[in-house]
Amino acid sequence: MAKKLMKGSEAIPEAAIQAGCRFFFGYPITPQNDIPEYMSARLPKIEGGCFLQAESEVAAINMVYGAAAAGARVMTSSSSPGVSLKQEGISYIAGAELPCVICNMMRGGPGLGSIQPSQGDYFQATKGGGHGDYHLIVLAPSSVQEAVDLMHTAFDLADIYRTPVMLLADGIIGQMMEPVEFHEHEKRELPEKPWAVTGYDPKSGRKRSIVNSLYIEVDELQEMNDRLQARYKEIQEKEVMVEKYNTEGAEVIICAYGTVARICKSAIAICAEKGVKVGLIRPITLWPFPEKELNEVMAQDSVKRELTVEISAGQMHEDVRLAINGAKPTDFYGKPGSYTPTAEEIAEYILKTREA
Amino acid sequence: MSVVFKKTPVLTDTIMHYCPGCGHGIVHRLVAEVIEELGIQDRTIGFVPVGCAVFGYKYFDIDCVEAAHGRAPAAATGCKRVNPHNVVFTYQGDGDLASIGAAEIVHAAHRGEKITTIFINNAIYGMTGGQMAPTTLVGQKTTTSPYGRDPEHCGKPIRIAEMIATIEGAAYVERVSVDSTPNIRKAKAAIKKAFQCQLDGKGFALVEVLSSCPTNWGKSPSEAMDWIKSDMIPYYPLGVKKDITNE
Ligand SMILES: Cc1ncc(C[n+]2csc(CCOP(=O)(O)OP(=O)(O)O)c2C)c(N)n1
Ligand code: SF4
Ligand SMILES: [Mg+2]
Repeated sequence: MAKKLMKGSEAIPEAAIQAGCRFFFGYPITPQNDIPEYMSARLPKIEGGCFLQAESEVAAINMVYGAAAAGARVMTSSSSPGVSLKQEGISYIAGAELPCVICNMMRGGPGLGSIQPSQGDYFQATKGGGHGDYHLIVLAPSSVQEAVDLMHTAFDLADIYRTPVMLLADGIIGQMMEPVEFHEHEKRELPEKPWAVTGYDPKSGRKRSIVNSLYIEVDELQEMNDRLQARYKEIQEKEVMVEKYNTEGAEVIICAYGTVARICKSAIAICAEKGVKVGLIRPITLWPFPEKELNEVMAQDSVKRELTVEISAGQMHEDVRLAINGAKPTDFYGKPGSYTPTAEEIAEYILKTREA
Repeated sequence: MSVVFKKTPVLTDTIMHYCPGCGHGIVHRLVAEVIEELGIQDRTIGFVPVGCAVFGYKYFDIDCVEAAHGRAPAAATGCKRVNPHNVVFTYQGDGDLASIGAAEIVHAAHRGEKITTIFINNAIYGMTGGQMAPTTLVGQKTTTSPYGRDPEHCGKPIRIAEMIATIEGAAYVERVSVDSTPNIRKAKAAIKKAFQCQLDGKGFALVEVLSSCPTNWGKSPSEAMDWIKSDMIPYYPLGVKKDITNE
């Protein structure tokens, strides 16, 4: 298939449709409005497809809950303040073990914040976000092409593990135009959905389907939580995705994700010109976090220190520190809010801290 | 031997947890009988609320979804949009529907969502121990209005059936009561009509049921039924509020 020049926030919904998503429920919020707008044009033209603009993000995520309960491939999309509103529903979806995909085009916060790109929702996305002991699988694309490819992965992982999956991108991915290719994807084996509510015929032999996250008995709730934790362990073992860039023999290892990781690649080139070898570890899955892969790279004799770069006050840096656990020095560069650092600034910081 | 009364097979054999004299048990039976009579057990999906009816999925012998507090109309919308041939209903209390879920019910009606809502108005938050609801009557004592509901402080009770009836997308809205046998009969007819409305694709249907909560009203079961008649019905008039199902 030929490459097409597309904006991220149009390529993402198109990829979702190609991955079999037929239902979309959302509420307008900048900077992701192109996603629902695209869906509102495409889905009604596909048999059985439905786009619905909900009255709020609260309603939208609960529509997702109902559609997922009925066995559909369904998604919603929003940006930070709207994703905060969805947290109750996401917790219920996790508790009821339903598959769905949620896209968050992060903007600056807290509060109403800004409409510029940010990475301030890392904690919310990777630590659960709502109440209870649960995780989302969190995928962080750093290009439009990768966002397209990850959309297929997102729906497959959601179905395989019966869990909500979040595509966590910054506003830049949404607004950027890049050449993309919608190619065939490796088909993973997907489970049936006998648990879906589709109508119960007592004569059919199938068990009654009850979609629920209420387990009033302590041991029953324990059983559900154990099931979730076992699943999370399996996800951590099997589904980590990470890009290693220029890491062999590097002196400094940057850890960054999303658009910031791309900027860091330019910073790495600037440092190389100055004769300083810098490498990059780019988590593609923010949860599960690539702890092992980071430590393998850090263990090289050449590596003196780590530097996390984020548009936040250092949220992912906490996971980096937990992973490295004091084995080597770590550092953070970045600002909370919406300031996207330039390659020059990052390179300058690396070179300056090297002299010190 | 002739059978005079038989439990509908749409109710499971699970013993209900409702208090003696609670209206929930009556309404469960009516809903289940209607599902049986319409022959739609194998395609009906129930969305149960957060409230005393939270275990509804144990009692209705159909596929069920337990929705978050107040969100049943949104969740039911998602399900109905995926499988329009399913008959989808929500069963909600007054805290659930009239308070925390006010937006979801209004917009389900506003979209003309082809679902059926059974709304249990017992003028109180039953499950959490008898706090004030938006439907609590003026002067009614609850655990959070210990001196009686004061309209100066928190307004007068909300009339959901009348409010929903003003919304274009609502096709059928009726208020009924389960305080007496004749009224229970009428309640069943209304519930049946609300399901038929969905089967005919007419739009959103809601039946508000005035129902008893003897436990949190501090009354005996029979006193509670009397109180529906003496205090609730005068403020919440029974009858059809809107019906465009014949249009
Ligand atoms: C988000 C959220 N807020 C509050 C509660 C606590 N809660 C459980 S049931 C309920 C009220 C139920 O009252 P109602 O809907 O009138 O149902 P009833 O028990 O009277 O039938 C509340 C507030 C909850 N479960 N979730
Ligand atoms: S507390 Fe009230 S509403 Fe709840 S089961 Fe008892 S009587 Fe019924
Ligand atoms: Mg109540």
